[in-house]
Amino acid sequence: MVPIAYYLVLSAILFSIGVAAFLIKRNIISIFMSIELMLNAVNLTFVAFTRRWSQITGHLQVSGQIFVFFVMVVAAAEAAVGLAIIIAIFRARNTLNVDQVDLMKL
Amino acid sequence: MHLTLFIIFGALCVAGALNLLLQRHLINSALSLIVVMSSLAVLYLLLGAEFLAAAQVIVYSGAIMVLFTFVIMLLNAGREERTHGSKMAYIAGFPGAAILLALLTFIFLSHRDSFGQARLGEYLVTTGDLSQVLFTKLLLPFEVTSVLILIAILGAVALARKEH
Repeated sequence: MVPIAYYLVLSAILFSIGVAAFLIKRNIISIFMSIELMLNAVNLTFVAFTRRWSQITGHLQVSGQIFVFFVMVVAAAEAAVGLAIIIAIFRARNTLNVDQVDLMKL
Repeated sequence: MHLTLFIIFGALCVAGALNLLLQRHLINSALSLIVVMSSLAVLYLLLGAEFLAAAQVIVYSGAIMVLFTFVIMLLNAGREERTHGSKMAYIAGFPGAAILLALLTFIFLSHRDSFGQARLGEYLVTTGDLSQVLFTKLLLPFEVTSVLILIAILGAVALARKEH
Protein backbone atom coordinates (compact mmCIF):
# COMPACT_ATOMS: atom_id res chain seq x y z
CA MET A 1 0.00 0.00 0.00
CA VAL A 2 1.23 3.45 -0.95
CA PRO A 3 -0.48 6.65 0.23
CA ILE A 4 -1.81 8.54 -2.80
CA ALA A 5 -0.21 11.66 -1.30
CA TYR A 6 3.20 10.15 -2.19
CA TYR A 7 2.22 10.06 -5.85
CA LEU A 8 1.11 13.68 -5.62
CA VAL A 9 4.39 14.67 -3.96
CA LEU A 10 6.33 12.89 -6.72
CA SER A 11 4.37 14.76 -9.34
CA ALA A 12 5.00 18.05 -7.48
CA ILE A 13 8.74 17.29 -7.53
CA LEU A 14 8.66 16.57 -11.28
CA PHE A 15 6.62 19.73 -11.95
CA SER A 16 9.00 21.92 -9.94
CA ILE A 17 12.03 20.49 -11.76
CA GLY A 18 10.18 21.25 -15.00
CA VAL A 19 9.55 24.85 -13.92
CA ALA A 20 13.20 25.29 -12.90
CA ALA A 21 14.42 23.81 -16.20
CA PHE A 22 11.99 26.01 -18.14
CA LEU A 23 13.38 29.15 -16.50
CA ILE A 24 17.07 28.24 -16.50
CA LYS A 25 17.63 26.48 -19.82
CA ARG A 26 18.63 28.73 -22.71
CA ASN A 27 18.18 26.30 -25.56
CA ILE A 28 14.77 26.34 -27.22
CA ILE A 29 14.59 22.53 -27.52
CA SER A 30 15.49 22.11 -23.82
CA ILE A 31 12.74 24.56 -22.91
CA PHE A 32 10.29 22.57 -25.01
CA MET A 33 11.37 19.34 -23.30
CA SER A 34 10.81 20.85 -19.86
CA ILE A 35 7.26 21.74 -20.95
CA GLU A 36 6.75 18.06 -21.79
CA LEU A 37 8.09 17.16 -18.33
CA MET A 38 5.52 19.46 -16.70
CA LEU A 39 2.72 17.93 -18.80
CA ASN A 40 3.77 14.47 -17.63
CA ALA A 41 3.81 15.56 -14.00
CA VAL A 42 0.25 16.87 -14.29
CA ASN A 43 -0.82 13.62 -15.97
CA LEU A 44 0.45 11.68 -12.95
CA THR A 45 -1.71 13.89 -10.71
CA PHE A 46 -4.75 13.19 -12.87
CA VAL A 47 -4.22 9.41 -12.68
CA ALA A 48 -3.67 9.51 -8.91
CA PHE A 49 -6.84 11.54 -8.34
CA THR A 50 -8.82 9.21 -10.60
CA ARG A 51 -7.88 6.41 -8.25
CA ARG A 52 -8.91 8.44 -5.22
CA TRP A 53 -12.24 9.38 -6.76
CA SER A 54 -12.98 5.72 -7.51
CA GLN A 55 -12.25 4.92 -3.88
CA ILE A 56 -14.56 7.65 -2.61
CA THR A 57 -17.51 6.86 -4.88
CA GLY A 58 -17.00 3.10 -4.55
CA HIS A 59 -17.18 2.29 -8.24
CA LEU A 60 -14.92 2.80 -11.21
CA GLN A 61 -14.39 6.40 -12.38
CA VAL A 62 -12.57 7.02 -15.64
CA SER A 63 -12.99 10.76 -16.27
CA GLY A 64 -9.50 11.64 -15.00
CA GLN A 65 -7.91 9.11 -17.30
CA ILE A 66 -9.93 10.47 -20.23
CA PHE A 67 -8.40 13.86 -19.45
CA VAL A 68 -4.92 12.30 -19.56
CA PHE A 69 -5.78 10.71 -22.90
CA PHE A 70 -6.75 14.08 -24.37
CA VAL A 71 -3.66 15.73 -22.88
CA MET A 72 -1.55 13.10 -24.63
CA VAL A 73 -3.29 13.72 -27.96
CA VAL A 74 -2.87 17.47 -27.71
CA ALA A 75 0.76 17.08 -26.55
CA ALA A 76 1.52 14.98 -29.62
CA ALA A 77 0.01 17.63 -31.93
CA GLU A 78 1.78 20.39 -30.01
CA ALA A 79 5.15 18.61 -30.23
CA ALA A 80 4.82 18.21 -34.01
CA VAL A 81 3.90 21.86 -34.61
CA GLY A 82 6.38 23.17 -32.01
CA LEU A 83 9.30 21.27 -33.48
CA ALA A 84 8.34 22.49 -36.96
CA ILE A 85 8.40 26.06 -35.62
CA ILE A 86 11.82 25.39 -34.06
CA ILE A 87 13.12 24.16 -37.42
CA ALA A 88 11.73 27.29 -39.10
CA ILE A 89 13.39 29.53 -36.45
CA PHE A 90 16.69 27.72 -36.91
CA ARG A 91 16.49 28.23 -40.68
CA ALA A 92 15.73 31.94 -40.30
CA ARG A 93 18.13 32.89 -37.48
CA ASN A 94 20.65 30.04 -37.47
CA THR A 95 20.58 29.75 -33.70
CA LEU A 96 18.71 27.80 -31.03
CA ASN A 97 19.54 30.17 -28.20
CA VAL A 98 16.47 32.03 -26.95
CA ASP A 99 18.55 35.06 -25.94
CA GLN A 100 19.36 35.66 -29.59
CA VAL A 101 15.76 35.33 -30.77
CA ASP A 102 14.60 38.66 -29.35
CA LEU A 103 12.97 40.60 -32.17
CA MET A 104 9.81 41.14 -30.14
CA LYS A 105 11.67 42.28 -27.03
CA LEU A 106 11.22 45.93 -26.16
CA MET B 1 5.84 -4.81 -3.12
CA HIS B 2 3.86 -1.76 -4.23
CA LEU B 3 5.96 0.57 -2.08
CA THR B 4 9.21 -0.96 -3.36
CA LEU B 5 8.18 -0.54 -6.99
CA PHE B 6 6.96 2.99 -6.27
CA ILE B 7 10.27 3.95 -4.64
CA ILE B 8 12.38 2.42 -7.43
CA PHE B 9 10.51 4.02 -10.31
CA GLY B 10 9.82 7.27 -8.46
CA ALA B 11 13.54 7.62 -7.78
CA LEU B 12 14.24 6.84 -11.44
CA CYS B 13 11.78 9.59 -12.45
CA VAL B 14 13.37 12.18 -10.18
CA ALA B 15 16.90 11.17 -11.23
CA GLY B 16 15.96 11.46 -14.90
CA ALA B 17 14.34 14.86 -14.38
CA LEU B 18 17.37 16.16 -12.48
CA ASN B 19 19.62 14.83 -15.23
CA LEU B 20 17.46 16.70 -17.77
CA LEU B 21 18.02 19.87 -15.75
CA LEU B 22 21.77 19.44 -15.26
CA GLN B 23 22.95 18.08 -18.61
CA ARG B 24 24.45 20.59 -21.01
CA HIS B 25 24.22 18.33 -24.04
CA LEU B 26 20.79 18.29 -25.69
CA ILE B 27 20.74 14.63 -26.66
CA ASN B 28 21.50 13.62 -23.04
CA SER B 29 18.56 15.70 -21.86
CA ALA B 30 16.30 14.01 -24.41
CA LEU B 31 17.41 10.52 -23.38
CA SER B 32 16.87 11.26 -19.69
CA LEU B 33 13.40 12.53 -20.54
CA ILE B 34 12.71 9.11 -22.12
CA VAL B 35 13.73 7.50 -18.80
CA VAL B 36 11.28 9.77 -16.92
CA MET B 37 8.42 8.96 -19.28
CA SER B 38 8.99 5.20 -19.24
CA SER B 39 9.14 5.11 -15.43
CA LEU B 40 5.93 7.16 -15.35
CA ALA B 41 4.33 4.41 -17.45
CA VAL B 42 5.16 1.90 -14.69
CA LEU B 43 3.67 4.24 -12.09
CA TYR B 44 0.46 4.44 -14.18
CA LEU B 45 0.33 0.63 -14.14
CA LEU B 46 0.70 0.67 -10.34
CA LEU B 47 -2.26 3.06 -10.16
CA GLY B 48 -4.32 0.71 -12.35
CA ALA B 49 -4.31 2.67 -15.62
CA GLU B 50 -3.30 -0.01 -18.11
CA PHE B 51 -4.32 1.79 -21.30
CA LEU B 52 -2.54 4.98 -20.26
CA ALA B 53 0.62 3.05 -19.41
CA ALA B 54 0.67 1.59 -22.91
CA ALA B 55 -0.18 4.95 -24.49
CA GLN B 56 2.52 6.63 -22.44
CA VAL B 57 5.15 4.27 -23.81
CA ILE B 58 3.85 4.43 -27.38
CA VAL B 59 2.99 8.12 -27.67
CA TYR B 60 5.39 9.83 -25.28
CA SER B 61 8.55 7.75 -25.06
CA GLY B 62 7.93 6.45 -28.56
CA ALA B 63 6.57 9.04 -30.94
CA ILE B 64 7.21 12.40 -29.28
CA MET B 65 10.73 11.65 -28.06
CA VAL B 66 11.73 10.14 -31.41
CA LEU B 67 10.57 13.40 -32.97
CA PHE B 68 12.70 15.33 -30.46
CA THR B 69 15.83 13.27 -31.06
CA PHE B 70 15.28 13.55 -34.81
CA VAL B 71 15.09 17.35 -34.63
CA ILE B 72 18.15 17.50 -32.35
CA MET B 73 20.11 15.43 -34.85
CA LEU B 74 18.69 17.30 -37.84
CA LEU B 75 19.71 20.69 -36.46
CA ASN B 76 23.02 19.25 -35.28
CA ALA B 77 22.50 20.89 -31.89
CA GLY B 78 25.50 20.31 -29.71
CA ARG B 79 26.45 21.80 -26.38
CA GLU B 80 24.25 24.45 -24.96
CA GLU B 81 26.22 27.65 -24.56
CA ARG B 82 26.02 29.58 -21.32
CA THR B 83 24.87 33.16 -21.64
CA HIS B 84 24.67 35.90 -19.10
CA GLY B 85 21.41 37.31 -20.32
CA SER B 86 19.48 35.18 -17.85
CA LYS B 87 20.41 36.49 -14.40
CA MET B 88 16.76 37.13 -13.60
CA ALA B 89 15.90 33.54 -14.41
CA TYR B 90 18.51 32.30 -11.93
CA ILE B 91 17.37 34.75 -9.25
CA ALA B 92 13.67 33.98 -9.70
CA GLY B 93 13.87 30.44 -11.10
CA PHE B 94 15.39 28.32 -8.36
CA PRO B 95 13.66 30.02 -5.37
CA GLY B 96 10.35 30.09 -7.26
CA ALA B 97 10.50 26.39 -8.08
CA ALA B 98 11.65 25.56 -4.52
CA ILE B 99 8.81 27.55 -2.98
CA LEU B 100 6.30 25.84 -5.29
CA LEU B 101 7.68 22.42 -4.36
CA ALA B 102 7.71 23.16 -0.63
CA LEU B 103 4.16 24.50 -0.68
CA LEU B 104 2.72 21.58 -2.67
CA THR B 105 4.60 18.99 -0.61
CA PHE B 106 3.45 20.58 2.64
CA ILE B 107 -0.19 20.61 1.51
CA PHE B 108 -0.13 17.01 0.21
CA LEU B 109 1.67 15.56 3.24
CA SER B 110 -0.39 17.43 5.81
CA HIS B 111 -3.58 16.01 4.26
CA ARG B 112 -2.17 12.59 3.48
CA ASP B 113 -4.82 10.72 5.44
CA SER B 114 -7.67 12.26 3.47
CA PHE B 115 -6.00 11.24 0.18
CA GLY B 116 -6.23 7.57 1.17
CA GLN B 117 -4.11 4.59 0.20
CA ALA B 118 -3.58 2.98 -3.21
CA ARG B 119 -3.70 -0.82 -3.16
CA LEU B 120 -2.23 -2.84 -5.98
CA GLY B 121 -4.89 -4.37 -8.23
CA GLU B 122 -8.07 -2.61 -7.12
CA TYR B 123 -10.01 -0.21 -9.37
CA LEU B 124 -8.19 -1.39 -12.48
CA VAL B 125 -9.39 0.74 -15.42
CA THR B 126 -9.24 -1.53 -18.44
CA THR B 127 -9.09 -0.37 -22.04
CA GLY B 128 -12.72 -1.50 -22.39
CA ASP B 129 -13.92 0.73 -19.55
CA LEU B 130 -12.09 3.69 -21.02
CA SER B 131 -13.32 3.16 -24.57
CA GLN B 132 -16.91 2.67 -23.39
CA VAL B 133 -16.94 6.24 -22.10
CA LEU B 134 -14.81 7.59 -24.93
CA PHE B 135 -16.97 6.21 -27.73
CA THR B 136 -20.39 6.95 -26.24
CA LYS B 137 -20.44 10.01 -24.00
CA LEU B 138 -17.36 11.70 -25.44
CA LEU B 139 -17.64 10.75 -29.09
CA LEU B 140 -17.75 14.35 -30.33
CA PRO B 141 -14.57 15.52 -28.50
CA PHE B 142 -12.86 12.34 -29.66
CA GLU B 143 -13.71 13.07 -33.29
CA VAL B 144 -12.70 16.73 -32.88
CA THR B 145 -9.23 15.61 -31.76
CA SER B 146 -8.82 13.78 -35.07
CA VAL B 147 -9.44 17.09 -36.85
CA LEU B 148 -6.92 18.70 -34.50
CA ILE B 149 -4.30 16.08 -35.40
CA LEU B 150 -5.00 16.60 -39.09
CA ILE B 151 -4.53 20.37 -38.78
CA ALA B 152 -1.36 19.80 -36.73
CA ILE B 153 0.07 17.57 -39.48
CA LEU B 154 -0.72 20.19 -42.14
CA GLY B 155 0.76 22.94 -39.97
CA ALA B 156 3.93 20.96 -39.25
CA VAL B 157 4.46 20.22 -42.93
CA ALA B 158 3.78 23.82 -43.96
CA LEU B 159 6.11 25.24 -41.30
CA ALA B 160 9.00 22.85 -41.75
CA ARG B 161 8.96 22.91 -45.57
CA LYS B 162 11.85 24.59 -47.34
CA GLU B 163 10.87 27.94 -48.84
CA HIS B 164 11.31 28.33 -52.54
